[in-house]
Amino acid sequence: MSTQPRALIVLNVASVALLAAAYYASLVYAPLEAVMGQVQRVFYFHVATAWVGMIGFVIAAVAGIVYLWKKDLKWDSVSLAAVEISLVFFFIAIVLGSIWARPIWGTWWTWEPRLTTAAILQMIYMAYLLLRQGIEDPEKRARFGAIYTLLGGISVPVTFISIRIFRSIHPVVIGAGGAEAQGSFSMAPTMVQVMLFSIFAFSVIFVTLFWHRLRLGSLESRVEQLKLKVMQ
Amino acid sequence: MSENPIQNTSAQRPGENYFGAVLAVAWKDLAAELRSRELLSAMLIFALLVILIFNFSLQLDRTTRESVTAGVLWVTFAFAGTLGLNRSMAIEKDRGCLDGLLLAPVDRSAIYFGKAISNLAFMLIVEVIVLPVYFILYNPRNFFNPGFLGIILLGSIGYVAVGTLLSTMAVQTRTRDVLLPILLFPLVIPVLVSAVQASMGFLSGQPFEEILPWLNLLLVYDVIFVAAAFMAFDYVVEE
Repeated sequence: MSTQPRALIVLNVASVALLAAAYYASLVYAPLEAVMGQVQRVFYFHVATAWVGMIGFVIAAVAGIVYLWKKDLKWDSVSLAAVEISLVFFFIAIVLGSIWARPIWGTWWTWEPRLTTAAILQMIYMAYLLLRQGIEDPEKRARFGAIYTLLGGISVPVTFISIRIFRSIHPVVIGAGGAEAQGSFSMAPTMVQVMLFSIFAFSVIFVTLFWHRLRLGSLESRVEQLKLKVMQ
Repeated sequence: MSENPIQNTSAQRPGENYFGAVLAVAWKDLAAELRSRELLSAMLIFALLVILIFNFSLQLDRTTRESVTAGVLWVTFAFAGTLGLNRSMAIEKDRGCLDGLLLAPVDRSAIYFGKAISNLAFMLIVEVIVLPVYFILYNPRNFFNPGFLGIILLGSIGYVAVGTLLSTMAVQTRTRDVLLPILLFPLVIPVLVSAVQASMGFLSGQPFEEILPWLNLLLVYDVIFVAAAFMAFDYVVEE
């Protein structure tokens, strides 16, 4: 049985350290936002987890396409790993967003394009996991999974546009927001630093978890092969 | 007539075969359904039951009806649609017909289009019966205007385009019938949102410019997903 490679161990330590540093940066180092107060600090982790979540879904869709092209099961485990990790991070982003929205918007949840699309995205990838569960043949599971992530990847932007035609109140901190946006603020330079730092920290954490999940995936497929050998 | 007849047929064959195959698959489904009527009657009764349930759960009195008619109808079609999609693929799978179809020397997308056309036909037949019934029960305004009917056609096309592909996937899994709505609904949300909004626009007599964005979205979705399903179908039936 293989032990963790040295680089992965380094990443483990780095992830924990970066997470602690990100906590410090966002809770202590970042200045207090004038209007919203302490609750604005949620923003740093909210953006970082949502970023990592989106990256994961993009990786999943791309790995799906590569699988259909190359027919190598390795790409399927890449896709699955990305979806699983992204689901968790995206969920954290939604929960953090709710915590922020309660005092600022006066409600935990609103049917706003970004929120609704995020919820639908979660649904699509949960359906993806259910789909995989129902198929035993690994090759077919990979093929169907790849097609479903692909369809999901096409449908999510269309969903976003369709809900966008209703007006949006989600603040756009980077780039120009709509006139209807509530809770926008302009960032002080230290705020930008903290935001970029937490995005970086979560990206490293993502890479670490991704690596672990890929190792788990290859161990899983080895177990499956051994089982098949025993049955024969 | 002047050309060599043998050369002529071989040159025309692929194109002729393709559309012939599409129609043959669709016709096979329709003919089987005309004889058994099990799918259509189930879809139809289910659709009417959904409307009945809506009647009591939403208290469809005059004021509520104005705003929810489009939503009620589309939810009804979507639910009845999954019933039909599930059944039409399950028949193929259970009796091994799908394998037979796949052995046929035609492009596999022809099978997809054939199944999609027959599924669309079933859905439209149900809609053609449900709409007058709804009209008689509630007597809504502006009901039979061409815009509204056109939206129903476009929405059904988008729904069936994705639904046929996903039901082909769902029947090959262990959880089959349960899985289809779970796979399908998150992907057809754009169809439902834009179809409901556009239908509501036509029913309440909004100016055409306000309906246009929804109409465009519906068209874009239909084109994208028919194309995507056309390309993906080969991978879904591959053995």
